[in-house]
Amino acid sequence: MFDKEEINKIKKQKREWEKNTLNKTLDRFPERKELFVTGSGKEIERLYCPENIPELDYDKDLNFPGQYPYTRGVQPTMYRGRFWTMRQYAGFGTAEESNQRYKYLLEQGQTGLSVAFDLPTQIGYDSDHNMSLGEVGKVGVAIDSLKDMEILFSGIPLDKVSTSMTINAPASVLLAMYIAVAEKQGVTPDKLNGTIQNDILKEYIARGTYIFPPKPSMRLITNIFEFCFKEMPRWNTISISGYHIREAGSTAIQEVAFTLADGIAYVDAAIKIGLKVDDFAPRLSFFFNAHNDLLEEVAKFRAARRLWAKIMKERFGAKNKKSLMLRFHTQTAGCTLTAQQPDNNIVRVTIQALSAVLGGTQSLHTNSRDEALALPAEKSVRIALRTQQVIAYESGVTETVDPLAGSYYIEKLTNEIEKQASEYIEKIDNLGGVSYAIEKGFIQQEIQNSAYKYQKNIEENSQVVVGVNKFKIKEEAPKGLLRVNPKVGRQQVEKLAKLKSERNNGKVKGNLELLKKAANTEINLMPIILECVKSYATLGEICDVLRNIFGEYKESVKL
Amino acid sequence: MENKKIRVLIAKPGLDGHDRGAKVIARALRDAGMEVIYTGLRQTPEQIVETAIQEDVNVIGLSILSGAHTHLFPRIMEILKEENVDDIIVIGGGVIPVEDIPELKKIGITAIFTPGSDTRDIVKFIKEKVK
Repeated sequence: MFDKEEINKIKKQKREWEKNTLNKTLDRFPERKELFVTGSGKEIERLYCPENIPELDYDKDLNFPGQYPYTRGVQPTMYRGRFWTMRQYAGFGTAEESNQRYKYLLEQGQTGLSVAFDLPTQIGYDSDHNMSLGEVGKVGVAIDSLKDMEILFSGIPLDKVSTSMTINAPASVLLAMYIAVAEKQGVTPDKLNGTIQNDILKEYIARGTYIFPPKPSMRLITNIFEFCFKEMPRWNTISISGYHIREAGSTAIQEVAFTLADGIAYVDAAIKIGLKVDDFAPRLSFFFNAHNDLLEEVAKFRAARRLWAKIMKERFGAKNKKSLMLRFHTQTAGCTLTAQQPDNNIVRVTIQALSAVLGGTQSLHTNSRDEALALPAEKSVRIALRTQQVIAYESGVTETVDPLAGSYYIEKLTNEIEKQASEYIEKIDNLGGVSYAIEKGFIQQEIQNSAYKYQKNIEENSQVVVGVNKFKIKEEAPKGLLRVNPKVGRQQVEKLAKLKSERNNGKVKGNLELLKKAANTEINLMPIILECVKSYATLGEICDVLRNIFGEYKESVKL
Repeated sequence: MENKKIRVLIAKPGLDGHDRGAKVIARALRDAGMEVIYTGLRQTPEQIVETAIQEDVNVIGLSILSGAHTHLFPRIMEILKEENVDDIIVIGGGVIPVEDIPELKKIGITAIFTPGSDTRDIVKFIKEKVK
């Protein structure tokens, strides 16, 4: 963007400024620290100038929004056209309680739903399973069968909302339930909008709700890609997630690298079973974290978009523009929330949410102030949603597209993150791909090292956390926290017993038998899972059939 | 006895997959000279106690962020008693509401370390308790 001569001139002027002006100031007022670093631990210079981005080429590196490589955004008008989807992750207790919370959020102006399931549901256990004791309804809503799902969405027209479901190992089962509920409302699958997370690789890496080993898991995922290509053209078939990788302690650079490396593995797997890249790639979506270092985060989102576009074009030869676009949901960083002085978390969330908006997110969840203490109370959720609304309607940052482009620092950081993430991806390629890198514990250990370093930095005070290692006060115990009704577990078990006595058990048995047969072949399992679900086979029953055939994953732990 | 290393079992009971804290603590204790065994995810109370006995640990550190501590912690304490190994010091950590702490202490959990705890305080605490 600058010619060589111009850069040399500015370089020379900078040296003079350093000699004549800067050094005098430094002599009198030394800087706060000897070394300034980004959240990723990379050194930050005092001042960024054109000389830091001498090679930046507008057409090649930035271009216009909606044009390759999409650095400036995936749509031409971005938030001037329409705001991001405001989508608060919610769910707890029974389907009835969660249904109430969804209706409340929609009334408050939320524009999309995001379903949190409890751990037994995420791991494919019914509420009456031994491992479910104490966990039912705790971190999300308990879903055992289509019956619960019907209650969860009762009174919510599924052709009018978009729904995101954080479900991975049993994603096909929950997707089938969603389709079946919609059918009862008279809505066909092709009218449904939404996302299933369906990203098993990051479960092995960072989140832990896996069931089956990698190979059959990848089959279930590609079965969904294929099914949705035919039946659900508006559905996002996967949300390739860096969020949990970051929460586990990775840096911003590692978040981009490991997420896109996972993305590569999914594209590879789908191509391997004979799908055409442009048939499924337009429905791939992503999910990132928005952490504290505002400017590094903005650069991260831009770098991820550019790098993914290049990967899809150069590595996979995708032609459809939509295959090249990295569309993403963002959630603010739960790990930055403090139990101390929890109201300060509102401010942290605001800064983080701002980075997501300045980085061009398609949808956003803002965390509630009380989440280091418990599940969020209704009032806290409202403040979190209001935070998005203030950014959208009052801050002004939405009125032009990619407003930070051209900042010497932002462009330099964008380049650096792209470069270092690419180097990581190359390293993973050389190790033999993501699955192998996970099996060897490489990715997990890289993340653990970063997490440990972050903790040490806090303890040694080189990283200040307001209210935790500085500006501390004496506090009273917080009040008004949400407590999940302890009766939920028992209620679910009773509901389950009633269901099993009322449904057509012969039909259930027959369908499960068909599933077993199908799982032993190579055919797509989605249609038969849909039949199982419709006959009110439970999530646990379906997953048990698959467990028996596929086996269960055992993590390899290295400290 | 002076040179004998303190042995600690870091355990993840229940279905919760958040192990960042558990792994950071495990490493900090190891750096402080302790012998640390980490169970990995999804351990039942029975498995945790069994490992603790097999590994002859002085301390069990339980980490849980899902809210299932109200069910799982008491169960673990019960089994420790049944197996006559309730001399093992048990500490806990994770997302645990302050109002739950008195009840957990009553059943024999020595200390609860909530988010924002300093690993050096945990090291110090263990060293003082295991004499």
